[in-house]
Amino acid sequence: MIYSFVGYYSLIIGLIIGLSLFYFSYKNFNNSNILDTKILSFTFLQLFFVVISFICLIFSFVVSDFSNETVFNNSHTTKPLFYKISGTWGNHEGSLLLWLLVLTLFIFLFLVSTKNQSVKYKILTLVFQQIIIIGFFLFLILTSNPFNYIFPIPTEGLGLNPILQDPALAIHPPILYLGYVGSSIIFSSVLAATSLKIISISWASHIKKWVLISWIFLTLGILLGSIWAYYELGWGGFWFWDPVENVSLMPWLALTTLLHCILVLEKKSTLTSWVIILSIATFTLSMCGTFLVRSGILNSVHTFANDPERGLFILVFLFILIFLSILIFFIFHRDNDNKSYNFFWLSKETSILINNWFMMYFLSVVLIGTVYPIFLDVISSQKISVGPPFYHKLMIPFLIPFLLMMAIGPKLRWIKSQLEDKIYLISFLVISILLAFLVLKNFNQNFLINTILISSALYLFFITLRDFFVKKYKNISQNIAHFGFSLLILSILFNNLFASEIITNLKVGETFENSKTKIVFESVVQKKEKNYKAIVANFTISNSNGEEDRLSPELRIYNQPVIATSEAYIKTTLMSDKFIVINLVQNQDFFNVRYQVKPFMLWIWLSVILISIGGIVSFLHRR
Amino acid sequence: MLPFSVFIIFVIIFFIFYKALEDSKLYTPDVNIKKEMPVFNTKEFFSGENVKSSNIFKLDKIYLLNIWSSWCVPCRQEHPFLMNLNLDNKVNIIGLNYKDNFKNAKNFLKELGNPYKEIFIDLDGTIAIEWGAYGVPESFLVYNNEIIKKYIGPLNQELVDEIKLLIK
Repeated sequence: MIYSFVGYYSLIIGLIIGLSLFYFSYKNFNNSNILDTKILSFTFLQLFFVVISFICLIFSFVVSDFSNETVFNNSHTTKPLFYKISGTWGNHEGSLLLWLLVLTLFIFLFLVSTKNQSVKYKILTLVFQQIIIIGFFLFLILTSNPFNYIFPIPTEGLGLNPILQDPALAIHPPILYLGYVGSSIIFSSVLAATSLKIISISWASHIKKWVLISWIFLTLGILLGSIWAYYELGWGGFWFWDPVENVSLMPWLALTTLLHCILVLEKKSTLTSWVIILSIATFTLSMCGTFLVRSGILNSVHTFANDPERGLFILVFLFILIFLSILIFFIFHRDNDNKSYNFFWLSKETSILINNWFMMYFLSVVLIGTVYPIFLDVISSQKISVGPPFYHKLMIPFLIPFLLMMAIGPKLRWIKSQLEDKIYLISFLVISILLAFLVLKNFNQNFLINTILISSALYLFFITLRDFFVKKYKNISQNIAHFGFSLLILSILFNNLFASEIITNLKVGETFENSKTKIVFESVVQKKEKNYKAIVANFTISNSNGEEDRLSPELRIYNQPVIATSEAYIKTTLMSDKFIVINLVQNQDFFNVRYQVKPFMLWIWLSVILISIGGIVSFLHRR
Repeated sequence: MLPFSVFIIFVIIFFIFYKALEDSKLYTPDVNIKKEMPVFNTKEFFSGENVKSSNIFKLDKIYLLNIWSSWCVPCRQEHPFLMNLNLDNKVNIIGLNYKDNFKNAKNFLKELGNPYKEIFIDLDGTIAIEWGAYGVPESFLVYNNEIIKKYIGPLNQELVDEIKLLIK
């Protein structure tokens, strides 16, 4: 109870500090060339009070204080401590408090770490960031207060949705938020820099590290979400083009493009319009994602509460930010790099620009696939559903030139260049095509497109692999990231092409056998844990090579709330994953068994980790 | 001109989102009464023959479509009331056997009696969804191919009296 009290008033104080910061900023902006220490200390105080508020909410969860409505709705005394804590951000109110925490944390770090920029720029960035922060304070306090009091105090809570009780998901939101919300600082500073007309080479190298931080966390956050979907949801895949996944992919695409534009800006002082628009787009897409999944417009596991009032608030707020940034862009920005758009056709900046357009294309495909059904429903009341085939058909063909450009682009020089070492570039291409042909020799479906796709991915793979061993080649971070990307595409392709699946119904003691695989359903055991009961099925699966595996998928029945989930059993090895999941068939004594072999599953995760290591290396390298 | 058109585009997007917000996309079964009865094709319970709904529901007659299942405990509770309702012979009770096992369902009828004029099978529950059912048991009063009234949960004496009143 005391925690709710302290937490709530900390929020109010934080809001008041935010408002007072406008006043100090205004005073400081015109009168001095030194940043007022009051501004710094007040920003710290704001962060401090939000941290206090967040800690209070965590404590309320830890001690199971059911007088707090958020705790009552999302916790239960029998939950393990780990999930009590992670339950703090496993709900609408708590996750918004986390948003706020990251927002205030980032502006504080920004003010502390920014050294070589003008005071006006710092203050203006603070003002824009405070507009966002105050928006979220109001949103939290007015529509989604995490410290609502209920009386009479319930003796027991409603429990956390079992599919959210997973280690990957416990750290997924904080990591993803660091990426999502981290883009707010890019947004604020780009608006500040545009208003002051200081977008330049030095600004680019200053903002680059913030772009990198957001990008690294966003990449890892998406990875964790994907891992969770694979291990916990048991759908047997890692990406489903679900709207919720799409809204995290869109800011990632915008941010990745932004990262490349910043590189050009840093070297050549051009593409400023790209940088501004992409910075604005990244943050508004993150906000838009929050709006889409929280308002109930899209139905998903992330739709915690379906309250139209909340949706309306975010919508209005989102568009205020959009209009504000459009206004600033058109009033202050004068595009004076028209001349430098005449890049020489064979140069690094041209290749980056070309791939930027490809990225924009991928972004539009995802955006249209996600938003168009909503538009169509409003305009003509027709319901359509956009599934993976839409995305695959529109994206895969364009992946081929994209991959080739990724391989050749970094080889080119700035301004004007000639392709050197043509012989090895061509010989690698021939090797890649031959290899792809050999791999797919016995494969009938879509032979041509798959061969070309795999060749181009292999090409990028070989080129980047070779660059690790070439002494004169310096850009190690870029190389790691591009190598990781080629590995990712290859793993995804092999994973899709060579996966096999068996679906059958089995009773205990029965055996399924085909030419390659033998599945023996050995036994069923019951198990009891603190927060769930489970039926464990034991299978022995052997393949034609004589290898034998014991797999034990589970059916879990969670006690609070009572929900049954199928827990897939996944045996991960270096080269492939064996995945088995069982389902109960109503009124039958047999189980529905789904068994899949998925090659290169581990490599998908590893390659994404490699990609983010590329970002980390780049970030550390600058210090 | 460009700033203006960008502005207009975003205003339009805003209003589309705003409209979308008004009707939530969460799937809820339709509870509208006086709604056209959904048309379906399925199998007859005993014979297993294919039937069309249009051959069962005739105009100018009152039907009560009852969704039931042998594994559903409340169905057991409401069964005597259905038997009672059937005695009047004014309403044709149609059974929709929901996600059930044929043997169990037959035993259920043997044990408690069969009030249904005809029974059809809804093995995967899709017909029930089309009718807008939340679960079992549920009953729909149908007249002239329109759903007049919907009863969620087991019928009791009160509801049976109400149905009798409506039929008159």
